[in-house]
Amino acid sequence: MTSPDAPSTSANNGVAKARRAPLAIDNINRRVIDSEYAVRGEIVQLATKIARDIEDGKGSYPFDKVVWCNIGNPQILGQKPITYFRQVLALCECPQLLSHPNIRELFPEDVIARAQLLSKAIPGGLGAYSESAGALIIRQLVAASIARRDGYPADPDNIYMTDGASPAVHYMMDLLLRDRSDAMMVPIPQYPLYSATLTLYGGTLAPYLLDEQNGWGLDVGHLREQLADARSRGLCVRAMVVINPGNPTGQCLSYQNMRDVLTFCRDEQLVLIADEVYQANIYVGNKEFFSFKKVAAAMGLLDQVPLVSLHSISKGFVGECGRRGGYMEVTGFPEAVKDQILKLASINLCPNLSGQICCALMMNPPQVGEASYELYRAEKSAILGSLKRRAELLVGALNRLEGVRCNAAEGALYAFPRIMLPEAAVQAAKKIGKQPDWLYCRELLEATGIVVVPGSGFGQADGTFHFRTTFLPSEEDIGLVVEALSAFHAGFLQRYGGLRKAGSVVLDGAAAVAAAPAGPVEAGSKNGAAAH
Amino acid sequence: MVRKEAMRMVSALFRAGNQGISASWSVGGTRLKSAMPEPSQPKDEDLHAKDGKVLHPHLLNENVVKTQYAVRGELYLRAEQLRKEGKEIIFTNVGNPHALGAKPLTFPRQVLALCAAPFLLDHPRVEEMFPADVIARAKKTLAAFKGGVGAYTDSRGNPMVREEVARFIEKRDGVSSNPDHIFLTDGASVAVRLCLNAMIRHERDAVLVPIPQYPLYSASIRLYGGTLVGYFLDERRGWGLSIEELRRSLAEAREEGKLVRGLVFINPGNPTGQCLSQENLKELIQFAYEERIVLMADEVYQENVYQDERPFVSAKKVMYDMGEPYRSHVELLSFHTVSKGTAGECGLRGGYVEMTNIHPGAIEEVYKCASINLSPNTMGQIALSCLVNPPKPGDPSYELYTKEKASELVSLRRRAHMVTDGFNSLEGVTCNFTEGAMYSFPQIKLPAKALEAAAAAGKAGDVFYCLKLLEATGISTVPGSGFGQEEGTFHLRTTILPREEVMTSFVEKFEKFHKDFMKQYS
Repeated sequence: MTSPDAPSTSANNGVAKARRAPLAIDNINRRVIDSEYAVRGEIVQLATKIARDIEDGKGSYPFDKVVWCNIGNPQILGQKPITYFRQVLALCECPQLLSHPNIRELFPEDVIARAQLLSKAIPGGLGAYSESAGALIIRQLVAASIARRDGYPADPDNIYMTDGASPAVHYMMDLLLRDRSDAMMVPIPQYPLYSATLTLYGGTLAPYLLDEQNGWGLDVGHLREQLADARSRGLCVRAMVVINPGNPTGQCLSYQNMRDVLTFCRDEQLVLIADEVYQANIYVGNKEFFSFKKVAAAMGLLDQVPLVSLHSISKGFVGECGRRGGYMEVTGFPEAVKDQILKLASINLCPNLSGQICCALMMNPPQVGEASYELYRAEKSAILGSLKRRAELLVGALNRLEGVRCNAAEGALYAFPRIMLPEAAVQAAKKIGKQPDWLYCRELLEATGIVVVPGSGFGQADGTFHFRTTFLPSEEDIGLVVEALSAFHAGFLQRYGGLRKAGSVVLDGAAAVAAAPAGPVEAGSKNGAAAH
Repeated sequence: MVRKEAMRMVSALFRAGNQGISASWSVGGTRLKSAMPEPSQPKDEDLHAKDGKVLHPHLLNENVVKTQYAVRGELYLRAEQLRKEGKEIIFTNVGNPHALGAKPLTFPRQVLALCAAPFLLDHPRVEEMFPADVIARAKKTLAAFKGGVGAYTDSRGNPMVREEVARFIEKRDGVSSNPDHIFLTDGASVAVRLCLNAMIRHERDAVLVPIPQYPLYSASIRLYGGTLVGYFLDERRGWGLSIEELRRSLAEAREEGKLVRGLVFINPGNPTGQCLSQENLKELIQFAYEERIVLMADEVYQENVYQDERPFVSAKKVMYDMGEPYRSHVELLSFHTVSKGTAGECGLRGGYVEMTNIHPGAIEEVYKCASINLSPNTMGQIALSCLVNPPKPGDPSYELYTKEKASELVSLRRRAHMVTDGFNSLEGVTCNFTEGAMYSFPQIKLPAKALEAAAAAGKAGDVFYCLKLLEATGISTVPGSGFGQEEGTFHLRTTILPREEVMTSFVEKFEKFHKDFMKQYS
């Protein structure tokens, strides 16, 4: 019964003896328990309960609905799907409609043609497993559109369709992480998918900081320091994650910055995981999305830097989160490694076909001259235009709040404001064993029904506090959100003694020096006594 | 500035873990200190890159590399290659009915189309194109899916659908079912993997799996770093499951220091097609109770039953019928899917797991893991909704729906007989009847010469046979070695899914190949 490599105590607890449950909280996989996923964490669970109470007419809350700003889930907040995508999908989902005599009254010609093409080219239609990497026609369509986007060829055999972009991250973690001394460089703040999967697959997160004072910029000198630091701890750093446009931080990388990152990855022999799911969400005129693939190709580095590019139908102006569609393109990967990815994909048989089709449509929208083009163009620009207005409105309003500073949301779907909190709030949080920004977010939920995610779920510099909110509530609603948030914020500061009193600001000694200049200008001076 | 902040930051990350206010990376960080090699043994650079490649096959996660997945293994890849070269391939390697011409059930697809394109509901001619109950169902579904099918749902799946699944289970089993213990997933495979990931902590943790088995289990257990402990099904007794064999296998595993955490059984069997008797299920449940093992009931073929002596009975029903202490103590995970049955909606990826007597804390953890992938796809959820809550007598779609299902089921039963009879008529081939599921798993006695030729080609005997079959006929099957088989025996798995109109020629092709093969190697 005993084995030489005696396992931990918790493992011994699992031995089947008298009436001990084989499956209990203290004897399941530790890595599962240790994974945290703030975007759907405790606050979201509380919000779910409140939403259910309101629906059932139970409990009493000072608001009549929950506003889900915790997650980039546009359609739940009223964003309409793009008509063309849904028309084609409906015909693929119910192909018998194609032979209905009235079909042309209900669907434009290009929609019918596209659905016919896809139904014919996907063996067995939507109800059959496709190849595990995705149906060939879908991968061909995606590859062709990547080639158009970048001006460099893309190979369908380098494309793996996925149920949303998240499975691609799982594949990479599973492939690359052998034990806890294998690490990945991840930006801080980060999208918690990365920290959660790193824990789940038993690796280590090697952080690099985005620079809040410089619009959440990515500094390559800092990357080198962080890498050296990780290596000096005995970590084997295998890959670097870049999220561009950033989540939760919304910044867009410049072309030169991307070149530097690629050179860094080449010099240091790192796999580059480029999370590019927000590539269609850019709201500032002086920024443009470049894919890492394009920049790497232009630099002649495609063979030297193994690169994974992720994309999804959940974001952009498409917002088809529920469909679960996405892809990853890998370049510079040896064939033997690609075989391993294919094997991993095959254990789940295949990604869902509706998601695959939607992804192919997103990448190959109607063209000028086709029947659906005008409507498509109008819907797309309406959504993107509105997102831009909402981003500006929200960020502007946040910056008017006392003790709050927020960088412009250049891209993606989020604002990530920094908030100064009164000392009493910090103490109150400590008393219940929570982070101060968690306390802020929970009280915000309870007072207004607005669900946001505490900055501690994404990672933040010590002593600083943030939260992430989407700017996805509709244009009618976002004004109300801003109003409710502003009123709550003022009340919160008041309730916990305010920011003004000397010695009341929340900065511990070390953090105060570094963080004060980053704080809101007025707060910085008002809190001077404490900060300096 | 950046540097100073960074250093503070990093130290903060590691400190956070000690203070118990950790985000996940700090957990990794604190562990790091103990897990790290001593500074005197710097990490070998060879661990990072080889032949100038970071992504070198030798430097990948060993669990990934060692994982085998036969259903899409060597044979499948060769078949894909031949198809690309223009050869007509009959894909009987995987239970994928629509790929072989099965038609989708009309009702679910009509509902899906209206949910995908809700604007059709406002079209003046919608009633000419869709039956009234389809329209009503689509409206009800859209009302229950906040934000429509384009929004993430709860990570466990939409509450209305989970409720419908619970009612389906209650109706099937006559016992209560709690929707909060039902998780919807992208096909049953995802559900199986979620559960295994939570159960398996290290190599010592073991799961009992039938041999032959469906390779999802061997692959996932390997991937999560656990140990598979096989128990043999008895081919001579119609692939029966014997408790003595289970006890033998369990004792052996414990002897080796394994902690046996789970027991998988597949009913009806895959690839073996047997249906378990109520008596047999009782023994299993008692065994799980006495030995404190989680029962994992793969019941995805519950609708696919082709004999009348042993209709499908769920493990849950049997367990409840046994009364205490079993009904409140045996930890049971039951899996189901939209991919099988008469719907065969493989590509939509819908399925669920129901967890009975599972610790609430463990359910919470599974919920969290599900949330890392946000939510199961909505189309799969809606397809599941339609299948567990189908049209009722009197509804406009009822007759067509019932007819479509019945005719597919009757046809599958005929095909099960055709395939079994075909195999049994061949020299050197014996085959148990496909009582259920979608597969036939004949044993093939390979002549010595064939085994020599296989060895010379560096292949296992059954792999050799299946490759020859593929090259000669285009029939793509899976060698028995991918499922596990008693040493010295050779099998292959084929589905019974070719359509009836081509089944005769399918059987003939097989017969001709087999005769030629035997002649060549006798």
